[in-house]
Amino acid sequence: MKSVNVIRGVAAPMFEANVDTDVIIPSREMKQVSKTGLSKGLFAGRRYMNFETREINPSFVLNQPEFSSAVILLTDQNFGCGSSREHAVWALLEYGIQAIIAPSFGSIFYKNCINNGLLPATMDRSTVMNLVKQSGSEFAISLSNQTITVAGQFSVTFDINESDKKLLMAGLDPIDQALTYSKEIEAFETARQTSHPWLVL
Amino acid sequence: MPKTLFDKLWDAHVVGDLGDGNALLYIDRIFLHERTGSVALKSLEEGGRKVRFPAHVFGVMDHIVDTQIGRTDTTQMPSGKQFISAMRSGCNWAGIRLFDINDPDQGIVHVISPEKGIVLPGLSLVCPDSHTCSQGAFGALAWGIGSSEAEHALATNTLRAAKPKALRITINGDTDNNVTAKDIILAVIAKIGTNGAAGYAIEFTGSAVDAMDMEARMTLCNMAVELSAFTAIIAPDATTVSYLKNKEYAPKGAMWEQAKADWKTLKSDPSALFSQTIEINASDIKTMVSWGTSPEQSVTATSRVPTPQSKDDEQALIYMDLVPEIRLSDIKIDAAFIGSCTNGRLSDLRAAAAILKNNHIKENITAICVPGSMAVKMAAEAEGLDKIFTEAGFEWRLPGCSMCFYAGGESFGPNARVISTTNRNFENRQGPGTRTHIASPATVAASAINGKICGPNELETGR
Ligand code: SF4
Repeated sequence: MKSVNVIRGVAAPMFEANVDTDVIIPSREMKQVSKTGLSKGLFAGRRYMNFETREINPSFVLNQPEFSSAVILLTDQNFGCGSSREHAVWALLEYGIQAIIAPSFGSIFYKNCINNGLLPATMDRSTVMNLVKQSGSEFAISLSNQTITVAGQFSVTFDINESDKKLLMAGLDPIDQALTYSKEIEAFETARQTSHPWLVL
Repeated sequence: MPKTLFDKLWDAHVVGDLGDGNALLYIDRIFLHERTGSVALKSLEEGGRKVRFPAHVFGVMDHIVDTQIGRTDTTQMPSGKQFISAMRSGCNWAGIRLFDINDPDQGIVHVISPEKGIVLPGLSLVCPDSHTCSQGAFGALAWGIGSSEAEHALATNTLRAAKPKALRITINGDTDNNVTAKDIILAVIAKIGTNGAAGYAIEFTGSAVDAMDMEARMTLCNMAVELSAFTAIIAPDATTVSYLKNKEYAPKGAMWEQAKADWKTLKSDPSALFSQTIEINASDIKTMVSWGTSPEQSVTATSRVPTPQSKDDEQALIYMDLVPEIRLSDIKIDAAFIGSCTNGRLSDLRAAAAILKNNHIKENITAICVPGSMAVKMAAEAEGLDKIFTEAGFEWRLPGCSMCFYAGGESFGPNARVISTTNRNFENRQGPGTRTHIASPATVAASAINGKICGPNELETGR
């Protein structure tokens, strides 16, 4: 996994609450047993006038010329709620989105972001709304400083859990990291099998 | 220090403290389904890793599989077959028990896990499926995860998680006739919003919960994720124990006695502190139906579609093709669906059949009933429920997620207005352009007979 720290580029406003993972990628767009080939399905229900002909919906934010190269999404609370499909995160990353700024996230989606190197930056709603007003300007995110600088001018800070930040910055594979606890896992398991023998199948 | 039930479940699974509120938790059981499990298994194999404890992992074919009688691996969605065969070969590679398409125990993951006694009080169980919280009804620490997390759990029997805060939702009082767990949870979601339990694990308590059977409790916990909760739990009691007795994977003999003694400790201490408590009076709750594209956009069946309060409401009205202030009872439906992990169990089918008996659905309505599992289907058939459904004009199908969502390609079609016992009324959830009103099985049955949205009690008075 690649490490995340500085992200620069355009931020697209999609200031809507409860954008669920069915909206991020409809189930019909997950056609293969694969984590790739998903970007064309990103926001398919919004991005296209017709999902079969793929006729572009010009009013959708990522289809507007100034936001077509967006690497950051600005959105309202509970982004990524609903279905657990990790395809939502894979599709966003493949499309080129590297960070999402929101007042809050769906909890499974948030975890999926951390596990795949997509930055979920949390801040209060009014600050996100201020950033929305600046969308179209150049944004620069620094994960190490937990700041977002807009057009080189003003900066705001964002929240992220310390250990999630570490994982993202190190680009660590979470499985490798957990396996450093192999001894503890085995000791725990042995103790559990003794205290709860009925759990062993 | 006094502990909540959630504290107890959490603490019992902490392998290591990762600091900053994160813990490495031990995972006792893992479920995989063909939609996301296939990807996790494939990626694990490609990464040169192994399933660490295959006997504790179960695979299910439910999400994409066709539900037509006489089904094969072919699905309405052309690519579905790939997921099915990848799942089969993945389970084979990993050496895990798969409930395959024609297995007599096949069914929706959250329906069959309890039926087989795989979920038990006090254990931790994960599945790359957001409605895994349904299984918290047994006092298990059960929650939905992503595919990468599933790989993590498969490879290490652990997951990294941040401990959520504790929210107690106490539901006291007696419910009116035909008011079900589905109506209660819709009323809770309408009251506190889809973001209302974000960052929390919910414990449902109160006399109305105590009075529920396990199936109703699962319906209640099923929709915790629609409140954005981490999960939901209900303390195990005599109802839980008698449900699990003699189930295939539940302990037997002396182990059963030992397990039962342990389960007695699984409740919140009387003085345990919750970050928040919400009290609900069950007797205030009436039949609920959703009008919009989020479960929080739900009202009582006898009321009107509200005047929009936000842009989201306006957008929902457009998608649902509704105008403000129209009575729900004036909304004509095209289709009715009974099934899913929310309401596809035997008690749900019985409730619907009680309404459908000696009745027929309105002409031009397509109605489908998909039992949640083979066991539910067989039990229903043994009682003659299938006849009641088919005589009323319903189609009777094989178990699967079916029209709960569109992954297998089953849908009532664009613009169809569906009254459905499922849990999500999101845009396009039941297929492109399909409009979903979520409700209880009795309400779906009553509406199918009436042709317009109608609670079961209203149907009674109208006849
Ligand atoms: S029935 Fe619906 S909600 Fe339940 S597991 Fe299947 S798709 Fe998910």
